[in-house]
Amino acid sequence: MADNKFAAYICSGCGIGDVLDVKAMEKIATKEGKMQVVRSHPFLCNEEGVQLIRDDIEKEGVTHVCIAACSRRAKAEAFYFPTVALSRANLREGVIWVVAEGSDHDEVRQEMAEDYVCMGCAEVKKMKLPAGNPNRAENKRILVVGGGMSGMTAALEIAETGYEAVLVEKTAALGGMAAKLLKRVPFNGAYAEAQPTGAAELAARVSAHPKIKVHLSSTVAETAGAPGRFQVKIAQESGNVAEEAVGAIVQATGFTPYDLAKLPELGGGQANVVDQAGLEALAMAANGGAIKRADGKEVKSVVFVQCAGQRGSGGNGSGQHLEYCSGHCCGTSIKQAMYFKDANPEVDTVVMYQDLRVPGMGEDFYRSAQNKGVIFTKAKVDGVTGGDTCQVRMKDLILDEEATVDADLVVLATGQVPNAGVNLDQWTEVVTAAEGGSEEAKVQKIELQKGSVLNLSYRQGPDMPQFKYGFADSHFICFPYETRRTAIYAAGPVRRPMDMFQAIEDATGAALKAIQAVENAAAGRAAHPRAWDLSFPQARLEGCTQCKRCTVECPFGAIDEDERRFPLFNESRCRRCGTCMGACPVRVISFENYSVDTVGSQVKAVNVPDEFEEKPRILILACENDAYPALDMAGIQRITYSAFVRAIPVRCLGSVNTIWITDALNSGYDGVMMMGCKKGDDYQCHFVKGSELAHYRMSKIGDTLKQLGLETERVVTHEVAITDNARVAQMINDYVAQINEIGLSPMKGFG
Amino acid sequence: MSDMNTQAVARYRNNFLKEVEERVEDGHWVRMCMQCGVCAGSCPLGPHWEHSPQKIFMMIRAGKREEVLTSDAMWMCTSCYNCIVRCPRKLPITHIMHGLAHYSHRLGLAPKGQPTREIAKLFWDSLVKTGRVNELKFSLAMYFKDGFGQGIKNAMAMQGVGLGLVKAGRLNPMEILGGHACKDKGGIQKMIAKAQEIENRKKGLTA
Repeated sequence: MADNKFAAYICSGCGIGDVLDVKAMEKIATKEGKMQVVRSHPFLCNEEGVQLIRDDIEKEGVTHVCIAACSRRAKAEAFYFPTVALSRANLREGVIWVVAEGSDHDEVRQEMAEDYVCMGCAEVKKMKLPAGNPNRAENKRILVVGGGMSGMTAALEIAETGYEAVLVEKTAALGGMAAKLLKRVPFNGAYAEAQPTGAAELAARVSAHPKIKVHLSSTVAETAGAPGRFQVKIAQESGNVAEEAVGAIVQATGFTPYDLAKLPELGGGQANVVDQAGLEALAMAANGGAIKRADGKEVKSVVFVQCAGQRGSGGNGSGQHLEYCSGHCCGTSIKQAMYFKDANPEVDTVVMYQDLRVPGMGEDFYRSAQNKGVIFTKAKVDGVTGGDTCQVRMKDLILDEEATVDADLVVLATGQVPNAGVNLDQWTEVVTAAEGGSEEAKVQKIELQKGSVLNLSYRQGPDMPQFKYGFADSHFICFPYETRRTAIYAAGPVRRPMDMFQAIEDATGAALKAIQAVENAAAGRAAHPRAWDLSFPQARLEGCTQCKRCTVECPFGAIDEDERRFPLFNESRCRRCGTCMGACPVRVISFENYSVDTVGSQVKAVNVPDEFEEKPRILILACENDAYPALDMAGIQRITYSAFVRAIPVRCLGSVNTIWITDALNSGYDGVMMMGCKKGDDYQCHFVKGSELAHYRMSKIGDTLKQLGLETERVVTHEVAITDNARVAQMINDYVAQINEIGLSPMKGFG
Repeated sequence: MSDMNTQAVARYRNNFLKEVEERVEDGHWVRMCMQCGVCAGSCPLGPHWEHSPQKIFMMIRAGKREEVLTSDAMWMCTSCYNCIVRCPRKLPITHIMHGLAHYSHRLGLAPKGQPTREIAKLFWDSLVKTGRVNELKFSLAMYFKDGFGQGIKNAMAMQGVGLGLVKAGRLNPMEILGGHACKDKGGIQKMIAKAQEIENRKKGLTA
């Protein structure tokens, strides 16, 4: 500690000096904040101001800097001092822009500013300069699982960017589903004609590329390690096992068409009823000529049934098949109807749809098919019988009448089922039962494992988590390629239903994310969304009670247990959300620059007035990703809110340790507001589960409050989106009014 | 033409659509309808027809030949052009409806006694005869289309208007005796006959 030197810099620019007493704040920083160097400057973020700080760091040996100026989200480039620990007191967005104007509010405004200065000083004193992940790993090769359109594109993009790619394909040839298509829907031009798939050319480029190593007829038998140092065992059909060391993984395992046999009501399994893949096979055999059925008869009339076994009861399904729309099938049927019309315009082609969904430029393609004479009819198909003359029973939804249509061939547009591997919820259930001694579960576990794609040796299970309907994990609202397994990215239809164009785009995105991941791992930094972050969690194991909460609650599977059942951090898998820190009941987990202490000391640094002053104090713990920016933006828009609140940004609401709340209430705060991202199925939490966990933990805090003799309303949890700037101000004002109604905390003066 | 009136058309096949495309003015547009229903919602006479344009187009595609050609729908069109203006696929809906009306009339399938059809027929016949429409004969023919007694009643009811027109010099009662024709009556008739011949040939209505 002897070498530490603490300095505070107070900016009086942007109007701070006009409405706040800077001299008083300097005094506070020295006296209460115990800063050895305290300076103010009228324009701290300009060259002169920054130089002032830089000189102190270089010549005065300052190691810890508190900057009391604008929000930590502003002027990050100017105030970039990578060699010192840095805290920011938010006087601009957090005080002068949100406290109502006028001398009536001078007193509370000054109190708020002084509290923020004290908090900034208290925080920086507990901070350490992060050293970076000591277990950084340098492997920058990238494994691509799946050799279809997505996988080949990803491998090629990786290679063309200058990185090495290893591609594993289960079958004996590259190309996947794309290689089984006669043509694809158009990506460009007039969007009027189907285009060659380009799969063969892409496969040739991938095979010939010097930076791509291809394993055909192979599967991934085991994936161990962490970002930058994955060890992958690749099982070849011959029985040989190859080993590859890679830094990141792109899973592009695509989809399987929904099983026709599950659709007997629509003629699945009967002669002359095929799915879209089946029709592609017939079209490939015809190769531009007249398309013939399996029995050799030339097709003169064909009916396409859209949404077959899809979209639940909203589509042609009865609700017992796929619930979702697969997105590509309307375009695909249009393309396939064109196969017939192009070969022979006399063939009757009818597409029976309920809602024709043609994303992108598909509308032009649809028009082109109409021009070629394809008949589209809005109809719900009730049943199909196969045979020499297939009969389609349908209800025409425009004419509102039932009809039966004869056809030589019926094509069912079935949906995409993702090849996402093992469902982890099911896995956890089976594993728990197996550990409990169930023999049946042990057999089940082995069976499940056979369906795994990645065979990860993670304690959370052998594949990445799955979404509703079994699609591979993806932060689909905010960061589509991010999964909960750091440096493992899902791309293509394994992630959500999509067509080839989207799959190619998706694969390109995932390839670039994988490159970022290996670079971050090599630099010892976190991956998205704290990609600059060098801090990593450390546990004081002598205090650990082995409760396993951190290992269970980590959304990213970054924490294992060592042989003594202590938490074992995989720093490179860690995303630095701090959920483990929030989970730990004995508070032994911390980051160098973010810990129970850095926040706790801020909570305690606030001067809580006694009950006779009638000034409540409300603590806001705001997620730095959405809620804190929303508060800042309220300031930018000059939306005023109560000066009785004190906001502390947290990395994620999941990192909130309940000790902060009990500490705050014990020291006389009148209320605590927690603000995090949207939780649930359509979550917006950057760390997926953080917000949900926080809400869950807070639902249990009622007992603690009762023990303290406090009303449960004194702790509230809110979901706040980044756009909620007006709402967040209203929320604060409403809560202050509510607290005034309940009355001030009886705990004042005992802290 | 009688064989065409009794053609059996298979459902949801292209036969009837093809017939419409070949023989109906602007009929080739029918395939481009995307069934959004904007025309049906835009038509001011919508509630009064048997079928909206949207339905007529779907019926054509569904091969419902007789229902389409005997429908009163296309006869109810007032040519307000709302549907053409609003159609997102730019179909000349009004023109197609007129084309269909014309086609069904020529086939003799159009609904008998449909007033719009009757008035159009009287107008046309008067025009072809003399090269111009004889207003007096045209209105009298309208009054008497439902029989002599009804005709007298109609004429008596319109007496005031008629006399007013005569007084103002807008109606010459002598027109009842043949009336005047355009300068080259024969020329106009030849032109129309030629045009009809060309149209029939184009649409394959003559052998």
